[in-house]
Amino acid sequence: MKTLNELKALRDKIRPTLAMRLKEEGNAGYKYDVLVCGGTGCTSSGSETLLKEFDAQLEKYGVKNDVNMVKTGCFGLCALGPIVIVYPEGTFYSRVQVEDVEKIVASHLVKGEVVKELVYPETLDGDVLKSLNETNFYKKQHRIALHNGGVISPEHIEEAIGMDAYQALGKALTEMTPDDVINEIKASGLRGRGGGGFPTGVKWSLVPRNIEGQKYVCCNADEGDPGAFMDRSILESDPHTVLEAMAIAGYAIGADQGYIYIRAEYPIAVKRLQIAIDQANEYGLLGKDIFGTGFNFNVEVRLGAGAFVCGEETALMTSIEGHRGEPRPRPPFPAVKGLFGRPTVLNNVETYANVPKIILNGAEWFQSMGTEKSKGTKVFALGGKINNTGLVEVPMGTTLREIIEEIGGGIPNGKKFKAAQTGGPSGGCIPAELIDTPIDYDSLMAIGSMMGSGGLIVMDEDNCMVDIAKFFLEFTVDESCGKCTPCRVGTKRLLEILTKITKGQGTLEDIDKLEALCYQIKSASLCGLGQTAPNPVLSTLKYFRDEYIAHVVDKKCPAGVCKALTNYSIVAEKCKGCSACSRKCPVGAISGEIKKPFVIDTNKCVKCGVCMETCKFDAIVKG
Amino acid sequence: MSKKSTIPFNGTPEQEAKLREIIAAHKDMQGALIPVLHEAQAVYGYLPIEVQSIIAEGLGVSLAEVYGVVTFYAQFSLNPKGKYEIGVCLGTACYVKGSGDILDKFKQILGIDVGECTPDGRFSLTATRCVGACGLAPVVTVNEDVYGRLTVDDVQGILDKYMEV
Repeated sequence: MKTLNELKALRDKIRPTLAMRLKEEGNAGYKYDVLVCGGTGCTSSGSETLLKEFDAQLEKYGVKNDVNMVKTGCFGLCALGPIVIVYPEGTFYSRVQVEDVEKIVASHLVKGEVVKELVYPETLDGDVLKSLNETNFYKKQHRIALHNGGVISPEHIEEAIGMDAYQALGKALTEMTPDDVINEIKASGLRGRGGGGFPTGVKWSLVPRNIEGQKYVCCNADEGDPGAFMDRSILESDPHTVLEAMAIAGYAIGADQGYIYIRAEYPIAVKRLQIAIDQANEYGLLGKDIFGTGFNFNVEVRLGAGAFVCGEETALMTSIEGHRGEPRPRPPFPAVKGLFGRPTVLNNVETYANVPKIILNGAEWFQSMGTEKSKGTKVFALGGKINNTGLVEVPMGTTLREIIEEIGGGIPNGKKFKAAQTGGPSGGCIPAELIDTPIDYDSLMAIGSMMGSGGLIVMDEDNCMVDIAKFFLEFTVDESCGKCTPCRVGTKRLLEILTKITKGQGTLEDIDKLEALCYQIKSASLCGLGQTAPNPVLSTLKYFRDEYIAHVVDKKCPAGVCKALTNYSIVAEKCKGCSACSRKCPVGAISGEIKKPFVIDTNKCVKCGVCMETCKFDAIVKG
Repeated sequence: MSKKSTIPFNGTPEQEAKLREIIAAHKDMQGALIPVLHEAQAVYGYLPIEVQSIIAEGLGVSLAEVYGVVTFYAQFSLNPKGKYEIGVCLGTACYVKGSGDILDKFKQILGIDVGECTPDGRFSLTATRCVGACGLAPVVTVNEDVYGRLTVDDVQGILDKYMEV
């Protein structure tokens, strides 16, 4: 590939092969496109086996040449995996099992008859198939970063090119100066999607322009927030968009070398990224003299090794350099003195995924979405006690209620929504009374949480907020790198106090101490990890103080989670004396006579909860 | 970090030759230590002090620095892993759906704690960070296999699958 025109010609040649999926004019000679999700979620629930089975069945029924099998990235609705979609009509098959494949092939792909019992019920209205975009999960979404997820095969650069990959890089290199690129990104209002929300264009402009020598572009794919998986998903479904954006950043700041620092826990993403880099080099879209403009750009993958603190920018760079991933004080900022002591720009995966679209469609287009100070969209990883777990991308300013009740399909088992946790170990809990909060950087900050990378964990009435705070502190204590004292010792002390409270040994004075210590850690820690580590405690103290007080004053855990404060007992009126619970009890703590109420010996009880699960008459209560 | 390994080092000359190849291939790379450690661990299964010494010497850094890096990162292990490594995800999505209880059940059945290996070398147990399969929470991995949407009652069944000789 020597010129941008060659790329455009190739794009036009490839586009018809995607036409069926995109519902465009054109034909690639297939009767059906069958898309099978190859994201981590669906792979874990067996989509690789499905692909093999499809291959075998297509062969068996002699329709191999009619069907284009595509292993795509994530569709987003991970709860329904493994997902199979059949085009041209877009039939959505959910939770497909190996034994279902033959049915789909024999009926749908041979005879053209949809296998209704396997179709996701919400897309089936009587006999009429509804499009995926009409379902509650998808209709409010606006996909920019996730644009190609569930559409193209991430392991074939041709499909990405068909979706305009590298056009933005071509435009930047041939029609724009580096200043134009930076100004466009600045004007778009794009802010860092990794947590802090720093304006991306400003970050790029801070790199000194007139310095000779090596500069670097880094991509932070060390998605450490437990419960967030959008960066993984973007890399698995659309790696070229990230490579293209890094090259654009390289052009803007004058760097010819990029590093992607990615978690080793994401093997599929690592593999696809490496394939994408090799293919882009082969096509001349990375490497030397790109589009004949004299611009060179190479990308290398570096694996993380399991340290949460390496998501912090200076720690990440120290880790790429081959050392213990400890943060350094700032200033000097990475823009001036970053990787290997050279000027460096570092952005997160999702941030990069927005860049090519901004360059192609212009800052104004991007500005038209979102709120005054938070432009564009944000991807959230919906998890926890919610029906539609998965990835959603919504315009900034969408309310928590829309995300949870409409897109997420509400809370399972008729339970009540209690709180949503955003921002992972650095963020906070949003209580039910604030469910109408619009989700953007500043609104979340104002209520004591933060956007973070976009993990959104939903909790119901069965979750204890003190226990959740303790869970996050266990995480930060484990992950604190130990370099600065406020974080290393402070988080440990926080955890000790929380543990004391969950054991029922806390006092009101402990709660005050806890709060004071939180503020000290926040103001004195070296890096973002320590500065935000107390947030889970502070926000639960702010909104769920009564739960803390119940633990220390009444010695009760209202949600019945903290084992030391929970006792199981049998309601005599409800007990039928069937003995099912006593037979299941692992420690023989339940005794009684058949057909008479049983009793639990609380001295023997280990509070495992098996009896409560076993009882068919709801006769066992905890509290 | 994990306790000192009680299992004696029994690396083969083939493994050592492979390790020296890895070191040679990375010698001129900037920041080579961590990539070398990843590959060395793939060869040996863990990073005993004997392997660390070869790496230190090969890359021209001190053993203290190598040891410092190995012990900093959770992925690197000073102890051999079991034939089957069980990872119970303690990411937030899994935790709120009860993965803590599942971990307790594994501990109880296997009689080992997190970071330990059963005496027969069959199972080792780790509490992993988010594996990114939150849609399937709670999630357990056994080597490459992933089990999702689990309850405490599924634990014995999973172990049984790996019990055959």
